[in-house]
Amino acid sequence: MQLSARELWTVLHGLVFGSLFLLAFAGGLAGLYSLRPEWVTVEGLRERVRRLLAGTWLMALVAWVTVISGTYIVYPWYRATPPTPETAGVDLSAYPRALLLSRPETALWHRFGMEWKEHIGWFAPILATTVAYLVAYYREGLAASGSLRRTVLGLFVVAFGAAAVAGVFGAFINKVAPIR
Amino acid sequence: MTSKARPNGAAAAAVLSAAIGVFLIGLLTTLAELLPGLKGGLTFWAPAGPLSGKTAVPVGIWLVAWVGLHRALAASDVNLARYTRWAWVLIVLGLVLTFPPVFEAFAR
Repeated sequence: MQLSARELWTVLHGLVFGSLFLLAFAGGLAGLYSLRPEWVTVEGLRERVRRLLAGTWLMALVAWVTVISGTYIVYPWYRATPPTPETAGVDLSAYPRALLLSRPETALWHRFGMEWKEHIGWFAPILATTVAYLVAYYREGLAASGSLRRTVLGLFVVAFGAAAVAGVFGAFINKVAPIR
Repeated sequence: MTSKARPNGAAAAAVLSAAIGVFLIGLLTTLAELLPGLKGGLTFWAPAGPLSGKTAVPVGIWLVAWVGLHRALAASDVNLARYTRWAWVLIVLGLVLTFPPVFEAFAR
């Protein structure tokens, strides 16, 4: 049961933070959707907003930790350049990007999957922070404004969608060309 | 429910600035393909390559825009639908511009 530092960071980045993000999203989505004055009492609304605040800020925090650790810790290992440009016959297991690009059947994992993941992933913390801020700023007032609540809900779903794209491709890419 | 009466300008500022931030990620991603020289300029930290700049610049501009728009709008009620409509346009453009088949079409 050993993990290298690189494997540990990859697990933290993708699995641990990703699971926390998913958990916070599920709670937040339910909370935001049901934040309607006709569905809950004033006291119930206050209690729901407290949970929503915790969930949305957790989601935003986890999103930041995920993209920062991904970009500045894990990604440099992924994109490390092999010592020689000629890769034929060279063991590329320590160079995941070069390994993927070395074979036509795996190149698309980088050209499409990684290229999409590394950019769209950054949508999540920006949008999740905006959602958390709006919940904190308007609190129970969110329930009174249907259009604002729907906007917040929309941002929340896009934040999750962006993180999902990044997470799914991250999992597959790490399966095809693991960081060790 | 004291916050119910808060003007919606702060929401417009937050939503529009976030949209500007994500749109800029898409824009810089595509521009970096169109203008290869830009990749070097966006490489703020060599191990992470141009991704460091393609994300740090939009995050910085997002925060500055948020502060500026908040100062300008927070105290007033605005036509929120108009702001959110523009915000969604920018978000969708950001999504499109970060889609590899789109930005790679500009690659030189």
